[in-house]
Amino acid sequence: MSVEAMYQEIILDHYKAKHHSGLREPYQAQVSHVNPTCGDEVMLRVALDGDRVADVSYEGVGCSISQASTSVMTDLVIGKTVEESLSLLQEFTEMMHSQGRAEPDEDRLEDAVAFVGVSQFPARVKCAMLGWLAFADAAAQAIAAEGKEAE
Amino acid sequence: MPESSATIAGTAFVPASDYDVTRLRRDFPILDRTVAGGPLVYLDSANTSQKPKVVVEAVARHYLEHNANVARAMHTLGGEATAAFEGAREKIAAFIGTTDPREVVFTKNASEALNLAAHTLGGRLEPGDEIVISVLEHHSNIVPWQLLAQRTGAVLRWFDITPEGRLDLERAAAEGLINEHTKIVSIAWVSNVLGTVNPVREIAAMAHRVGAHVVVDGSQGVPQLPTNVGALGADLMAFTGHKMLGPTGIGVLWGRYDLLETLPPFLGGGEMIEVVRLTGSTFAKPPARFEAGTPPIAQAVGLGAAVDYLQRIGMDKIAAHEQRVTAYALERLQAVEGVSILGPTEAVDRGGAISFTVTTADGTEVHPHDVMQLLDSRGIAVRGGHHCARPLHERLGLTASSRASAYLYTTEAEFDALADGLEYVRSFFGGSR
Repeated sequence: MSVEAMYQEIILDHYKAKHHSGLREPYQAQVSHVNPTCGDEVMLRVALDGDRVADVSYEGVGCSISQASTSVMTDLVIGKTVEESLSLLQEFTEMMHSQGRAEPDEDRLEDAVAFVGVSQFPARVKCAMLGWLAFADAAAQAIAAEGKEAE
Repeated sequence: MPESSATIAGTAFVPASDYDVTRLRRDFPILDRTVAGGPLVYLDSANTSQKPKVVVEAVARHYLEHNANVARAMHTLGGEATAAFEGAREKIAAFIGTTDPREVVFTKNASEALNLAAHTLGGRLEPGDEIVISVLEHHSNIVPWQLLAQRTGAVLRWFDITPEGRLDLERAAAEGLINEHTKIVSIAWVSNVLGTVNPVREIAAMAHRVGAHVVVDGSQGVPQLPTNVGALGADLMAFTGHKMLGPTGIGVLWGRYDLLETLPPFLGGGEMIEVVRLTGSTFAKPPARFEAGTPPIAQAVGLGAAVDYLQRIGMDKIAAHEQRVTAYALERLQAVEGVSILGPTEAVDRGGAISFTVTTADGTEVHPHDVMQLLDSRGIAVRGGHHCARPLHERLGLTASSRASAYLYTTEAEFDALADGLEYVRSFFGGSR
């Protein structure tokens, strides 16, 4: 597969106009994740409404893959339950570790299927995972914070 | 009368006709590889250099014909291995301009050498003492000193840089950066990001005036410039084998012998001892004191072969070639619209690493990862990231940059390929594909 094919139009579109970008209130948890080898950074907030993801807001610097992947992730998880979001993360993770062999379900992963090509470039997999892992971390912390409030 | 008298760090200019890069490249089989359907354009030598056949063969021959442990093995092979290992130490000593091989301590890399320096010099520090580094250091010349400061209560301070990317000596003087509290000054000879050649001799003189010890990170300097540790003025100098045609897994800490003799051990273990009793041990003299355990024997032999190879060409010629190619690259890259070079843009007091950013016509800064990936698709190997110098990038208002770096086998045509590649990167991410 050529590198030009890896950079699908969908990825470049999200990179140039990131969805849900910027940090917003309210939120229950905020995390900062980095790729230490390259300096990609994302600060990400999660707001929950019961078991539903009400908002994901973020600020990041990084390559087109990490930034576009974060943008696509917010489209996917906002409005879904935490459980559904984490199951999408699971599917996305499996696709990213498939070395290009996965046949992702476009009905479920939507724009994120564009990243299957990236999975052929092992050095870039962690770029695509950055925002997703930040989301999983923040969601877990938000749930913990809500649990404490309820006590 | 010479036609040109351009100099780099005291090196005489050598005419291009003296230097047959095409012939040299035949010694490096990897340079014949194809990547992405075209010839490999390897511009990542500041990261690690490629290896000539003679180095690989020296390592192989050692394993196939002479392999044994050193010092403790008394049989014939042990004697051969020891002679090869100590022979490499002598070659490396001569290469960096010392007559005393005992001043060459083998480590696994420059990071270990700098940690060794920090641990052993650091035993003398007290709260309020000051350690001075610079903002352009590689992480391996920052973190060991941070850890030392945390252990001892010493204060870590640093040189800033000028807008051109050189150490800001004026500001340091105004701030009294080096003063009576300064105990250690640790500075890179050549920046791995900006390419700046730092005025080590001048800084060493300042440090010595206040009684501080001077450590030099020679990782980028020793491979590129003729080295004479005496002239450099340092007390300790770290460098690594793999950036100067040698194998990975071998580094060096050079130290003035009278200083090394006063330093305590770093790692404890085999062959660094004199007498071991369960109630306490006494320690060997340097360099053995700092070489606990079985050392990187074959790697030392390989580094010895690398040093022989470099000396056959001549470090003055290598430095001149590097300067010539870097000057060409700086000119070529500056002619590409949207490419902005970090650090000195003239090949004066400048090493072969060139870091840069790329901005498209619509004003988007292309992330170095994306630059790297597109160049890789054309067989061009550069590094994208913070190059283990995050504080420097932060100082420059960046998170990362792309870096192209040359070595003795790099050609001007490779920088032509890079310049063309960068035009392509700009159009690809500029939306005009």
